[in-house]
Amino acid sequence: MIEVKNLTKRYGDHAAVDAISFRVEKKGVYGFLGPNGAGKSTTMNILTGYLAPTSGDVIVDGHDILEEPEAAKRSLGYLPEIPPLYTDMTVGEYLRFAAELRQIPKNQIAQSVESVMAKTDITNMKDRLIKNLSKGYRQRTGLAQALLGNPKILILDEPMVGLDPKQIVEIRQLIRGLGKEHIVILSSHILSEVQEICDTIIIISHGKLVAIDTPQNLERYMSGSEILQVTARGSKTAIERALAALPGVAGYKVTGSEEKDACDAEVTAEEGKDIREDLFYLFAEKKLPVLRMQMEKASLEKVFLELTSQPDTEKTDSSKKTRGKRVHVSLDLGEAEEDDDEPLPDDILNPGEEDGQTAEDAPETSEDSAKDVQPETSSDGKEED
Amino acid sequence: MLAICKKEILSCMNSMVGCVFIALLLALCGVYFTAYHLNGAYPKFSYTLQGMSVVFLIAVPILTMRSLAEERRQKTDQLLLTSPVSVPRIVFGKYLALVGIFAIPMVVICFYPLILRAFGSISFRETYTGVFGFFLMGCAYLSIGLLVSSLTESTIISAVICFLVLFLTYLMDGIENFFPSTSAASFISLLVLFAILSLLIWHWTKNSLIGGICLVGSEAACAICYRVSASSFQGVIQKILDVFYISGRFSNFADGIFDIDGVVYFLLVIVICLFLTVQSIQKRRWS
Repeated sequence: MIEVKNLTKRYGDHAAVDAISFRVEKKGVYGFLGPNGAGKSTTMNILTGYLAPTSGDVIVDGHDILEEPEAAKRSLGYLPEIPPLYTDMTVGEYLRFAAELRQIPKNQIAQSVESVMAKTDITNMKDRLIKNLSKGYRQRTGLAQALLGNPKILILDEPMVGLDPKQIVEIRQLIRGLGKEHIVILSSHILSEVQEICDTIIIISHGKLVAIDTPQNLERYMSGSEILQVTARGSKTAIERALAALPGVAGYKVTGSEEKDACDAEVTAEEGKDIREDLFYLFAEKKLPVLRMQMEKASLEKVFLELTSQPDTEKTDSSKKTRGKRVHVSLDLGEAEEDDDEPLPDDILNPGEEDGQTAEDAPETSEDSAKDVQPETSSDGKEED
Repeated sequence: MLAICKKEILSCMNSMVGCVFIALLLALCGVYFTAYHLNGAYPKFSYTLQGMSVVFLIAVPILTMRSLAEERRQKTDQLLLTSPVSVPRIVFGKYLALVGIFAIPMVVICFYPLILRAFGSISFRETYTGVFGFFLMGCAYLSIGLLVSSLTESTIISAVICFLVLFLTYLMDGIENFFPSTSAASFISLLVLFAILSLLIWHWTKNSLIGGICLVGSEAACAICYRVSASSFQGVIQKILDVFYISGRFSNFADGIFDIDGVVYFLLVIVICLFLTVQSIQKRRWS
């Protein structure tokens, strides 16, 4: 449906988008996630043919956006970051104009405009001048414009910005509904939003594609399982020795603590294992009093921060099956990280339990976990947060 | 394309700009008509047209300044450029709207000769040839305005630049006289001109080889031509500058002559300006 190959956009020496490739075949909601300036909007502008890429191809519904722009654009609906509204027109006039631009047949225009206004709930704003509308209604008018003509692919750049909480819930439902009949690609830097409505998340950082996966998988992306925060009284070596002896531990990191004569440890358990009790008894036996123990689940936020904070040092190269759809993942792998996953056991993560939807390949999962779990701990101060 | 044209005409009429443009043209036409024909009793309507052609300097920038600059400022160009309409069609739709608005006062102006008819006999053929030439000249000015509007994001800058450009073309016959017309002076100015052009080519292509070839080639050709026949260089500068003297092409029409050269000239100006407008929009997408 929509295929992006090696997309690059340079402004002078700066690469706003750097060799991004992905393919989206199945209907659903896809979320572009990335910090400010990651290249989300630029990518979307290129996908819709507003900007031309420096190199690379965009193929929409079988048509190259540069070679057959008209045919390609016909199956696209686009809501840019700032809704492209003519403020001196009424909502109805504007949508009719947009429908004519889309080359919707004359006899279907009225009906098409009515239906998108109903979908976005702006029918009662029909005769208002756009300049008198609030931000939320402008956003909806822009969304209505994108929906005109029922395009196969919808590209929405930050569709939730400026909406009040009630409207956000409504628009979310609308987008989720649209995902059943269209390919919806939306961008956002708000994690909870993306997590809520997207079937697949595409993380972009510094113009590079960092990950494509379902939100659930991404949460496991690095840690794969829960992290146990432990503070125990005792020397660092003693604690390390104890943890090494504990069965079911996938990885650990021991650092100095604020507590006197104590150390903090971040322990990663093997997937599905609860090591809290074992740890407690073992530490008691070794005379290492546990002062604090806390279970922490890796949030998408953490994954996001991790993935986007080190743009040049990661790479994973694999393709995998996600809910039966084939998604190309081309991640950039740095040497440093690659070395780290060697000592990791392959079975850190056993994907079998998760949702039963995904089957990940072993090499990838080990790479995932490598980012968070580093068995060979370096000096105390360096790793401390 | 027609959708853009229709929308553009409506928005111009809604936003005063179109009304101001029409009012300016008609007001000045009325003033000149009263002065020349009703008070002065001149029979030639082209006096009025020639007198009011100065109004284009103000009226055209007013009408064209928003056309593309405002789209860019409001980011509505994203709607146009991501819709299944090609850039040439967008530009042509915009231009058609400008011409459409310009046609409204022209229709009214067409009635003035009929008033003259009531007071004596006039040649309709000559008069309406003049009106036709006036319309074509206006269309050429509008295309220049559209081009300038595509270059900037600010309507004010667009209006000012457009005014300056039109003002320069309007005064071109005066500017021509600043330059000496002897062949030696022409030769030197041509050398300078080619050098500047080569420099620009080098700047645009960032290729010193092409720039160098252009520079050496053009200067050499110029020198050879000068060796062969120095006398043909007489007044070359004036001839070159005359190309930009748009309002000068109107004088034949004003005299009642249907000047094919003039028609071709105006159409060429329009085509070139629209082409450059398309290129300037495309360039922004690629850069």
